[in-house]
Amino acid sequence: MTYFADVGALARKDLMLELRARDTLPAMLLFVLSTLVVFHFVLPSDSSELAAKGLLWVAILFTALLGLSRAFAAEREQGVIDGLVLATRDRSAIWLGKALAILAFLGLAEIVALPAFGLFFTHVGGGTIAGVVLADVGICAVGTLLAAMATASRARELLLPLIFLPLTIPIVIGGVGASVAGHPGKYLAFLALYDAIFGLVAWGSFEYVVTE
Amino acid sequence: MGLAQEYSLGVIRARGLEKRYGDRRVLRRVEFELPRNGFLLVTGPNGSGKTTLLRICAGLAAPTGGELTCDVGRPSIGFLAHEPLVYRELNALENLDLYGRLYRIRERRERIGMLLERFGLWEERHARVASYSRGMLQRLALCRTLLHEPELLVLDEPYSALDGDGAALLDRELAERRATASFVVATHEPDRVLPLATARLALG
Repeated sequence: MTYFADVGALARKDLMLELRARDTLPAMLLFVLSTLVVFHFVLPSDSSELAAKGLLWVAILFTALLGLSRAFAAEREQGVIDGLVLATRDRSAIWLGKALAILAFLGLAEIVALPAFGLFFTHVGGGTIAGVVLADVGICAVGTLLAAMATASRARELLLPLIFLPLTIPIVIGGVGASVAGHPGKYLAFLALYDAIFGLVAWGSFEYVVTE
Repeated sequence: MGLAQEYSLGVIRARGLEKRYGDRRVLRRVEFELPRNGFLLVTGPNGSGKTTLLRICAGLAAPTGGELTCDVGRPSIGFLAHEPLVYRELNALENLDLYGRLYRIRERRERIGMLLERFGLWEERHARVASYSRGMLQRLALCRTLLHEPELLVLDEPYSALDGDGAALLDRELAERRATASFVVATHEPDRVLPLATARLALG
């Protein structure tokens, strides 16, 4: 239980930092809304529902990327990561706390984005919502690990999209499939499997990412 | 670079320690042994590898050659770095509370209050750290370092940015803990801690 107490303290700290600084969530909200507006005008009026659903996933992925690019900003700028690495019994608690905070930000952005998508394009069904929830878990699990890796690099702004986007291709396949298929079960199972495998890999490898 | 004293029961033992960053060799065959409750004073000019050596001692960096063994567990190390390692958007209480939770300190509120009082930050405890002066940040960093009563204190330029009162306070803190903790201290003011030191390592 003490492990989860650490995770809770770290996630709570990230939420508190965001409440004070407000530099991630407003940017994510503005980005996802403006992207949907742009897509609304870009997509021809007789476009299919399938094309619109595909664009929803593009918007979600890039909104997540925006949040992830700021994930370790405070730790990087103030060198706090060294303090956290020394203070935590299990360094993976840093990853899990950060992933939960990013998950909260992304979830909040989607609470606004999905109704907006319904307004601009087409209704959002249960398969899409379930797909988005499962995809968020994978995005945050993998993205937080990669954000920590990118933070250690000088070219972090370039590196994160380059390593994050290829690894999220399975999420896009599963998410789009869950959104458009008549029976989304197998796509949702695929997303759940991705979450389990990549979540475990990220959890187990974070220790080596934050130490030289 | 030299080994000042030899001990048989070391908290830290370094043998042929080397560190390279690309082609640049920062540490070359460093050897020392720090006994329990010993005080190793590390001196040297800028760029001689003091900070690198301290980061290796704290387990934050790995040597590229030789070996370093440390008998103190990570949660029992107090590390004072160049950066204060606190969040600027949080206040002193929130920062220390986070570390107190992670270090699982019992009666952490009392301990945090006592440290803030002692280091003259109690009145500023609700102010965001971003508004602190460099000296106040160093005092807060010392509170963070001492919060969990570490067995091994790894201090990089602890007197940096401290005024006369702050430096005298730190002198007292080091002297009080001298009997119960082991120290690795890098400083450009060696005379200040020389009376406490059991060994001296000159780098560069």
